[in-house]
Amino acid sequence: MLLAALERGYADPRRLHRAGRDARLLLDNAREATADALGVRADEVTFTPSGTHAVHLGLLGLVRGSRRGTWVVHPSIEHSAVRHAVAWGADGNDEGVHVDREGRVDEGSLVADACSPNVGVVALQTANHEVGTVQPVGEFELPNNIPLFTDACASMGRLPLPHGWAAAAGSAHKWGGPAGVGVLLVRKRARWRNPFPGDDRIDERSTGFENVPAVLAAAAALQAVVAEREEVNARQHALVDVVRRRVAAEVPDVEVVGDPVRRLPHLVTFSCLYVDGEALVTELDRRGFGIASGSACTASTLTPSHVLEAMGVLTHGNVRLSLQRDTTRADVDAFCDALPGVVAGIRARVGM
Amino acid sequence: MSPVDVALELDCRTLPCPMPVIELARHLTDVAVGELLAVVAHDPAAAVDVPAWCRMKEQEYVGADTADDGAPRYVVRRLS
Repeated sequence: MLLAALERGYADPRRLHRAGRDARLLLDNAREATADALGVRADEVTFTPSGTHAVHLGLLGLVRGSRRGTWVVHPSIEHSAVRHAVAWGADGNDEGVHVDREGRVDEGSLVADACSPNVGVVALQTANHEVGTVQPVGEFELPNNIPLFTDACASMGRLPLPHGWAAAAGSAHKWGGPAGVGVLLVRKRARWRNPFPGDDRIDERSTGFENVPAVLAAAAALQAVVAEREEVNARQHALVDVVRRRVAAEVPDVEVVGDPVRRLPHLVTFSCLYVDGEALVTELDRRGFGIASGSACTASTLTPSHVLEAMGVLTHGNVRLSLQRDTTRADVDAFCDALPGVVAGIRARVGM
Repeated sequence: MSPVDVALELDCRTLPCPMPVIELARHLTDVAVGELLAVVAHDPAAAVDVPAWCRMKEQEYVGADTADDGAPRYVVRRLS
Protein backbone atom coordinates (compact mmCIF):
# COMPACT_ATOMS: atom_id res chain seq x y z
CA MET A 1 0.00 0.00 0.00
CA LEU A 2 2.73 2.45 1.05
CA LEU A 3 4.92 1.28 -1.83
CA ALA A 4 2.13 1.80 -4.37
CA ALA A 5 1.53 5.24 -2.90
CA LEU A 6 5.23 6.09 -3.20
CA GLU A 7 5.05 4.97 -6.84
CA ARG A 8 1.94 7.01 -7.69
CA GLY A 9 1.79 9.76 -5.09
CA TYR A 10 5.21 11.40 -5.30
CA ALA A 11 4.12 14.54 -7.15
CA ASP A 12 2.78 17.84 -5.83
CA PRO A 13 -1.02 17.47 -5.66
CA ARG A 14 -1.29 21.18 -6.48
CA ARG A 15 0.03 20.64 -10.03
CA LEU A 16 -2.16 19.92 -13.04
CA HIS A 17 0.06 17.40 -14.86
CA ARG A 18 -0.82 13.70 -14.73
CA ALA A 19 1.48 12.87 -11.82
CA GLY A 20 0.09 15.84 -9.90
CA ARG A 21 -3.49 14.75 -10.57
CA ASP A 22 -2.64 11.22 -9.38
CA ALA A 23 -1.22 12.60 -6.14
CA ARG A 24 -4.28 14.82 -5.72
CA LEU A 25 -6.55 11.81 -6.14
CA LEU A 26 -4.63 9.86 -3.48
CA LEU A 27 -4.68 12.84 -1.10
CA ASP A 28 -8.44 13.24 -1.56
CA ASN A 29 -8.91 9.51 -0.98
CA ALA A 30 -6.88 9.72 2.24
CA ARG A 31 -8.95 12.68 3.39
CA GLU A 32 -12.22 10.82 2.67
CA ALA A 33 -11.01 7.68 4.43
CA THR A 34 -9.84 9.65 7.47
CA ALA A 35 -13.09 11.60 7.68
CA ASP A 36 -15.07 8.39 7.38
CA ALA A 37 -13.05 6.63 10.10
CA LEU A 38 -13.47 9.60 12.46
CA GLY A 39 -17.11 10.37 11.65
CA VAL A 40 -16.45 13.92 10.40
CA ARG A 41 -16.80 15.70 7.02
CA ALA A 42 -13.93 15.45 4.55
CA ASP A 43 -13.65 19.26 4.34
CA GLU A 44 -13.07 19.34 8.10
CA VAL A 45 -9.84 17.31 7.76
CA THR A 46 -6.38 18.85 7.25
CA PHE A 47 -3.14 16.89 7.19
CA THR A 48 -0.21 18.49 9.01
CA PRO A 49 3.46 17.54 9.43
CA SER A 50 2.89 16.35 13.05
CA GLY A 51 0.36 16.07 15.85
CA THR A 52 2.14 18.90 17.63
CA HIS A 53 1.67 21.17 14.62
CA ALA A 54 -2.01 20.18 14.41
CA VAL A 55 -2.38 21.21 18.08
CA HIS A 56 -0.67 24.55 17.45
CA LEU A 57 -2.79 25.28 14.36
CA GLY A 58 -6.06 24.12 15.88
CA LEU A 59 -5.77 25.90 19.20
CA LEU A 60 -4.18 29.14 18.02
CA GLY A 61 -6.54 29.30 15.00
CA LEU A 62 -9.52 29.32 17.37
CA VAL A 63 -7.82 32.00 19.49
CA ARG A 64 -7.24 34.11 16.38
CA GLY A 65 -10.85 33.60 15.29
CA SER A 66 -12.28 34.54 18.68
CA ARG A 67 -14.15 37.82 19.07
CA ARG A 68 -14.04 37.57 22.85
CA GLY A 69 -10.37 37.48 23.77
CA THR A 70 -7.01 35.76 23.81
CA TRP A 71 -7.26 33.90 27.12
CA VAL A 72 -7.18 30.08 26.96
CA VAL A 73 -8.66 28.15 29.90
CA HIS A 74 -6.99 24.76 30.22
CA PRO A 75 -5.98 22.30 32.95
CA SER A 76 -2.31 21.84 33.82
CA ILE A 77 -2.33 18.24 32.60
CA GLU A 78 -2.57 19.22 28.92
CA HIS A 79 0.26 18.03 26.67
CA SER A 80 3.21 20.41 26.37
CA ALA A 81 2.11 21.10 22.75
CA VAL A 82 -0.95 22.89 24.18
CA ARG A 83 0.94 24.60 27.00
CA HIS A 84 3.68 25.80 24.65
CA ALA A 85 1.12 27.08 22.12
CA VAL A 86 -0.60 29.09 24.86
CA ALA A 87 2.73 30.45 26.10
CA TRP A 88 3.72 31.45 22.57
CA GLY A 89 0.56 32.87 21.09
CA ALA A 90 -2.17 33.37 23.71
CA ASP A 91 -2.70 34.03 27.40
CA GLY A 92 -3.41 31.45 30.07
CA ASN A 93 -2.70 30.08 33.50
CA ASP A 94 -1.29 26.60 33.89
CA GLU A 95 -2.54 26.11 37.43
CA GLY A 96 -6.06 27.43 36.89
CA VAL A 97 -8.18 24.34 36.51
CA HIS A 98 -8.18 21.65 39.16
CA VAL A 99 -7.75 17.94 38.40
CA ASP A 100 -8.44 15.17 40.89
CA ARG A 101 -6.00 12.50 42.13
CA GLU A 102 -6.89 10.33 39.11
CA GLY A 103 -6.14 13.13 36.67
CA ARG A 104 -9.71 13.95 35.68
CA VAL A 105 -10.48 17.62 35.20
CA ASP A 106 -13.09 19.28 37.39
CA GLU A 107 -15.82 20.31 34.92
CA GLY A 108 -17.32 22.88 37.28
CA SER A 109 -13.98 24.63 37.67
CA LEU A 110 -13.42 24.58 33.90
CA VAL A 111 -16.83 26.09 33.16
CA ALA A 112 -16.48 28.66 35.98
CA ASP A 113 -13.09 29.80 34.65
CA ALA A 114 -14.56 30.05 31.14
CA CYS A 115 -17.04 32.67 32.44
CA SER A 116 -14.24 35.20 33.01
CA PRO A 117 -13.99 38.10 30.55
CA ASN A 118 -11.46 37.84 27.73
CA VAL A 119 -11.71 34.02 27.55
CA GLY A 120 -11.42 33.10 23.85
CA VAL A 121 -11.00 29.31 23.94
CA VAL A 122 -11.19 26.38 26.36
CA ALA A 123 -8.72 23.53 25.74
CA LEU A 124 -9.27 20.05 27.12
CA GLN A 125 -7.62 16.82 25.97
CA THR A 126 -9.78 13.78 25.15
CA ALA A 127 -7.54 11.56 27.27
CA ASN A 128 -4.31 12.10 29.14
CA HIS A 129 -1.20 10.99 27.29
CA GLU A 130 0.69 10.00 30.47
CA VAL A 131 -1.85 8.41 32.78
CA GLY A 132 -4.63 7.47 30.33
CA THR A 133 -7.52 9.12 32.18
CA VAL A 134 -10.39 9.98 29.81
CA GLN A 135 -11.67 13.55 30.17
CA PRO A 136 -15.33 14.64 30.07
CA VAL A 137 -15.14 16.31 26.62
CA GLY A 138 -18.69 16.76 25.30
CA GLU A 139 -20.26 16.30 28.75
CA PHE A 140 -20.50 19.98 29.69
CA GLU A 141 -21.76 23.22 28.15
CA LEU A 142 -19.47 26.21 27.85
CA PRO A 143 -20.87 29.73 28.39
CA ASN A 144 -21.11 32.40 25.68
CA ASN A 145 -20.52 29.94 22.81
CA ILE A 146 -16.85 29.73 23.72
CA PRO A 147 -15.24 27.16 21.39
CA LEU A 148 -13.56 24.05 22.77
CA PHE A 149 -10.27 22.79 21.40
CA THR A 150 -9.58 19.13 22.11
CA ASP A 151 -6.16 17.51 21.82
CA ALA A 152 -7.19 14.01 20.75
CA CYS A 153 -3.65 12.80 19.99
CA ALA A 154 -3.62 10.17 22.74
CA SER A 155 -6.98 8.63 21.82
CA MET A 156 -7.63 9.20 18.10
CA GLY A 157 -8.52 5.95 16.38
CA ARG A 158 -8.51 3.94 19.61
CA LEU A 159 -11.61 5.66 21.00
CA PRO A 160 -14.48 7.35 19.12
CA LEU A 161 -14.15 11.13 18.95
CA PRO A 162 -16.27 12.87 21.56
CA HIS A 163 -18.72 15.65 20.66
CA GLY A 164 -18.67 19.29 21.58
CA TRP A 165 -15.41 20.57 20.06
CA ALA A 166 -14.76 23.25 17.44
CA ALA A 167 -11.26 22.02 16.56
CA ALA A 168 -9.32 18.85 17.36
CA ALA A 169 -5.88 17.38 16.72
CA GLY A 170 -4.53 13.87 16.19
CA SER A 171 -1.19 12.23 15.52
CA ALA A 172 -0.78 9.27 13.15
CA HIS A 173 2.15 7.60 14.91
CA LYS A 174 0.01 7.35 18.05
CA TRP A 175 -2.46 5.06 16.26
CA GLY A 176 0.28 3.03 14.59
CA GLY A 177 0.62 5.09 11.41
CA PRO A 178 3.84 6.72 10.22
CA ALA A 179 5.58 9.57 12.03
CA GLY A 180 5.33 12.94 10.32
CA VAL A 181 1.55 12.99 9.85
CA GLY A 182 -0.82 14.94 12.06
CA VAL A 183 -4.54 15.52 11.63
CA LEU A 184 -6.25 18.84 12.26
CA LEU A 185 -10.05 18.84 12.41
CA VAL A 186 -11.95 22.12 12.22
CA ARG A 187 -15.75 22.05 12.41
CA LYS A 188 -17.60 23.50 9.45
CA ARG A 189 -19.05 26.47 11.32
CA ALA A 190 -16.15 27.13 13.69
CA ARG A 191 -14.54 30.59 13.73
CA TRP A 192 -11.00 29.60 12.86
CA ARG A 193 -8.36 31.92 11.35
CA ASN A 194 -4.90 30.76 10.32
CA PRO A 195 -2.52 31.85 13.11
CA PHE A 196 0.52 31.36 10.87
CA PRO A 197 1.45 32.93 7.50
CA GLY A 198 -0.56 30.30 5.59
CA ASP A 199 0.06 29.00 2.08
CA ASP A 200 -1.54 28.63 -1.31
CA ARG A 201 -2.66 24.99 -1.11
CA ILE A 202 -5.76 22.99 -2.03
CA ASP A 203 -6.65 23.04 1.65
CA GLU A 204 -6.34 26.58 3.01
CA ARG A 205 -5.41 25.32 6.50
CA SER A 206 -2.39 23.31 5.37
CA THR A 207 1.10 24.62 4.84
CA GLY A 208 3.46 23.26 2.20
CA PHE A 209 3.56 20.17 0.04
CA GLU A 210 1.79 17.30 1.78
CA ASN A 211 3.64 13.99 2.19
CA VAL A 212 0.97 12.14 0.21
CA PRO A 213 2.32 8.57 0.58
CA ALA A 214 2.66 8.98 4.37
CA VAL A 215 -0.79 10.56 4.63
CA LEU A 216 -2.28 7.63 2.70
CA ALA A 217 -0.49 5.13 4.96
CA ALA A 218 -1.77 7.03 8.03
CA ALA A 219 -5.35 6.88 6.72
CA ALA A 220 -5.07 3.14 6.01
CA ALA A 221 -3.69 2.52 9.52
CA LEU A 222 -6.50 4.57 11.02
CA GLN A 223 -9.14 2.55 9.17
CA ALA A 224 -7.55 -0.69 10.39
CA VAL A 225 -7.37 0.52 14.02
CA VAL A 226 -11.00 1.67 13.99
CA ALA A 227 -12.15 -1.60 12.39
CA GLU A 228 -10.56 -3.77 15.09
CA ARG A 229 -10.77 -1.47 18.10
CA GLU A 230 -13.69 -3.21 19.76
CA GLU A 231 -11.76 -6.45 20.02
CA VAL A 232 -8.30 -4.91 20.64
CA ASN A 233 -9.56 -2.43 23.27
CA ALA A 234 -11.33 -5.14 25.27
CA ARG A 235 -8.21 -7.31 25.24
CA GLN A 236 -5.84 -4.46 26.14
CA HIS A 237 -8.16 -3.11 28.83
CA ALA A 238 -8.15 -6.53 30.50
CA LEU A 239 -4.34 -6.83 30.19
CA VAL A 240 -3.86 -3.42 31.80
CA ASP A 241 -6.17 -4.57 34.59
CA VAL A 242 -3.78 -7.49 35.13
CA VAL A 243 -0.79 -5.10 35.32
CA ARG A 244 -2.61 -2.73 37.69
CA ARG A 245 -3.63 -5.60 39.98
CA ARG A 246 -0.34 -7.49 39.96
CA VAL A 247 1.87 -4.42 40.39
CA ALA A 248 -0.19 -3.17 43.34
CA ALA A 249 -0.16 -6.64 44.95
CA GLU A 250 3.42 -7.71 44.27
CA VAL A 251 5.51 -4.53 44.57
CA PRO A 252 5.57 -2.97 48.06
CA ASP A 253 5.19 0.81 48.37
CA VAL A 254 3.85 1.40 44.88
CA GLU A 255 1.19 3.79 43.64
CA VAL A 256 -0.74 2.83 40.47
CA VAL A 257 -2.10 6.07 39.06
CA GLY A 258 -4.82 7.26 36.67
CA ASP A 259 -8.49 6.33 36.45
CA PRO A 260 -8.79 2.51 36.74
CA VAL A 261 -11.90 2.33 34.52
CA ARG A 262 -12.45 5.43 32.35
CA ARG A 263 -9.05 5.30 30.67
CA LEU A 264 -7.19 4.58 27.45
CA PRO A 265 -7.22 0.81 26.94
CA HIS A 266 -3.49 0.32 26.40
CA LEU A 267 -1.74 2.57 28.93
CA VAL A 268 -0.77 2.07 32.58
CA THR A 269 1.33 4.27 34.86
CA PHE A 270 2.69 3.63 38.36
CA SER A 271 5.33 5.03 40.71
CA CYS A 272 7.63 3.10 43.07
CA LEU A 273 8.75 4.72 46.32
CA TYR A 274 12.53 5.14 46.88
CA VAL A 275 13.33 4.20 43.27
CA ASP A 276 15.36 6.27 40.81
CA GLY A 277 13.33 6.52 37.57
CA GLU A 278 16.36 6.47 35.31
CA ALA A 279 17.69 3.29 36.92
CA LEU A 280 14.27 1.68 36.52
CA VAL A 281 14.12 2.53 32.79
CA THR A 282 17.65 1.16 32.30
CA GLU A 283 17.13 -2.06 34.27
CA LEU A 284 13.81 -2.86 32.57
CA ASP A 285 15.32 -2.06 29.17
CA ARG A 286 18.10 -4.58 29.87
CA ARG A 287 15.40 -7.19 30.39
CA GLY A 288 13.70 -6.28 27.11
CA PHE A 289 10.96 -3.99 28.41
CA GLY A 290 10.95 -0.55 26.78
CA ILE A 291 9.09 1.77 29.11
CA ALA A 292 8.69 5.53 29.46
CA SER A 293 8.95 7.52 32.70
CA GLY A 294 7.66 10.83 34.00
CA SER A 295 10.29 11.07 36.72
CA ALA A 296 12.45 14.19 36.92
CA CYS A 297 15.73 12.33 36.50
CA THR A 298 14.59 10.97 33.12
CA ALA A 299 13.62 14.41 31.75
CA SER A 300 15.98 16.83 30.04
CA THR A 301 14.58 19.60 32.25
CA LEU A 302 15.22 17.64 35.50
CA THR A 303 11.72 18.57 36.62
CA PRO A 304 9.06 15.95 37.28
CA SER A 305 6.12 15.35 34.93
CA HIS A 306 3.68 18.25 35.19
CA VAL A 307 0.85 15.72 34.90
CA LEU A 308 1.92 13.68 37.94
CA GLU A 309 2.62 16.92 39.81
CA ALA A 310 -0.89 18.30 39.13
CA MET A 311 -2.45 15.03 40.28
CA GLY A 312 -0.39 15.11 43.49
CA VAL A 313 0.92 11.58 42.99
CA LEU A 314 4.42 10.27 43.55
CA THR A 315 6.70 11.45 40.71
CA HIS A 316 9.85 9.43 41.33
CA GLY A 317 10.26 5.79 40.31
CA ASN A 318 7.65 6.33 37.62
CA VAL A 319 6.88 3.79 34.89
CA ARG A 320 4.60 4.29 31.91
CA LEU A 321 3.84 1.10 30.02
CA SER A 322 2.09 1.14 26.62
CA LEU A 323 0.80 -2.16 25.25
CA GLN A 324 1.20 -2.98 21.56
CA ARG A 325 -1.74 -4.41 19.62
CA ASP A 326 -0.11 -7.86 19.72
CA THR A 327 0.98 -7.80 23.38
CA THR A 328 -0.07 -11.09 24.99
CA ARG A 329 -0.97 -12.19 28.51
CA ALA A 330 2.40 -14.00 28.59
CA ASP A 331 4.23 -10.71 27.81
CA VAL A 332 2.34 -8.93 30.56
CA ASP A 333 3.04 -11.71 33.04
CA ALA A 334 6.74 -11.68 32.13
CA PHE A 335 6.84 -7.94 32.91
CA CYS A 336 4.99 -8.41 36.19
CA ASP A 337 7.27 -11.33 37.12
CA ALA A 338 10.43 -9.27 36.49
CA LEU A 339 9.33 -6.03 38.13
CA PRO A 340 9.47 -6.88 41.87
CA GLY A 341 13.08 -8.08 41.61
CA VAL A 342 14.14 -5.03 39.58
CA VAL A 343 12.54 -2.64 42.08
CA ALA A 344 14.00 -4.51 45.07
CA GLY A 345 17.46 -4.43 43.44
CA ILE A 346 17.38 -0.65 42.92
CA ARG A 347 16.09 -0.08 46.45
CA ALA A 348 18.85 -2.27 47.87
CA ARG A 349 21.50 0.01 46.28
CA VAL A 350 20.32 2.85 48.54
CA GLY A 351 19.75 0.59 51.54
CA MET A 352 15.95 0.61 51.38
CA MET B 1 5.45 27.66 61.97
CA SER B 2 8.54 28.67 63.97
CA PRO B 3 11.78 26.67 63.70
CA VAL B 4 11.60 25.54 67.34
CA ASP B 5 8.58 23.37 66.55
CA VAL B 6 10.68 21.09 64.38
CA ALA B 7 12.46 18.33 66.32
CA LEU B 8 14.77 17.36 63.47
CA GLU B 9 15.73 19.12 60.24
CA LEU B 10 17.33 17.04 57.46
CA ASP B 11 19.75 18.86 55.17
CA CYS B 12 19.03 17.41 51.70
CA ARG B 13 19.86 20.63 49.83
CA THR B 14 22.33 18.99 47.44
CA LEU B 15 20.61 15.62 47.07
CA PRO B 16 18.87 14.64 43.83
CA CYS B 17 15.47 12.92 43.56
CA PRO B 18 14.55 10.51 45.14
CA MET B 19 17.18 10.90 47.92
CA PRO B 20 15.30 13.54 50.00
CA VAL B 21 12.34 11.16 50.40
CA ILE B 22 14.68 8.28 51.23
CA GLU B 23 16.34 10.41 53.95
CA LEU B 24 12.91 11.30 55.29
CA ALA B 25 11.94 7.63 55.53
CA ARG B 26 15.28 6.74 57.19
CA HIS B 27 14.96 9.40 59.87
CA LEU B 28 11.25 9.23 60.65
CA THR B 29 11.83 7.15 63.76
CA ASP B 30 14.49 9.60 65.02
CA VAL B 31 11.64 11.78 66.28
CA ALA B 32 8.91 10.77 68.73
CA VAL B 33 5.31 10.15 67.63
CA GLY B 34 3.60 13.55 67.41
CA GLU B 35 6.85 15.45 66.77
CA LEU B 36 7.78 17.33 63.59
CA LEU B 37 10.48 16.37 61.12
CA ALA B 38 11.54 18.60 58.22
CA VAL B 39 13.31 17.99 54.91
CA VAL B 40 15.21 20.87 53.31
CA ALA B 41 15.65 20.20 49.58
CA HIS B 42 16.15 22.09 46.33
CA ASP B 43 15.01 19.02 44.35
CA PRO B 44 11.79 20.20 42.62
CA ALA B 45 10.25 16.71 42.89
CA ALA B 46 10.29 16.94 46.72
CA ALA B 47 7.39 19.43 46.66
CA VAL B 48 5.16 16.67 45.27
CA ASP B 49 6.88 13.58 46.60
CA VAL B 50 7.03 14.51 50.30
CA PRO B 51 3.21 14.97 50.53
CA ALA B 52 2.73 11.80 48.40
CA TRP B 53 5.05 9.86 50.73
CA CYS B 54 3.04 11.07 53.75
CA ARG B 55 -0.17 9.85 52.13
CA MET B 56 1.31 6.45 51.25
CA LYS B 57 3.01 5.92 54.64
CA GLU B 58 0.11 7.39 56.68
CA GLN B 59 2.07 10.28 58.17
CA GLU B 60 0.83 13.89 58.34
CA TYR B 61 2.10 16.43 55.83
CA VAL B 62 2.12 19.71 57.74
CA GLY B 63 3.18 21.99 54.88
CA ALA B 64 6.01 23.80 53.14
CA ASP B 65 7.98 26.81 54.37
CA THR B 66 11.59 27.91 53.97
CA ALA B 67 14.77 27.19 55.92
CA ASP B 68 16.95 30.00 57.33
CA ASP B 69 18.81 30.36 54.03
CA GLY B 70 15.57 30.47 51.99
CA ALA B 71 15.77 26.86 50.74
CA PRO B 72 12.40 25.06 50.44
CA ARG B 73 11.53 23.07 53.57
CA TYR B 74 8.82 20.39 53.87
CA VAL B 75 7.44 19.59 57.32
CA VAL B 76 6.03 16.22 58.39
CA ARG B 77 4.44 15.08 61.67
CA ARG B 78 5.20 11.50 62.73
CA LEU B 79 1.87 9.78 63.40
CA SER B 80 3.03 6.20 63.95
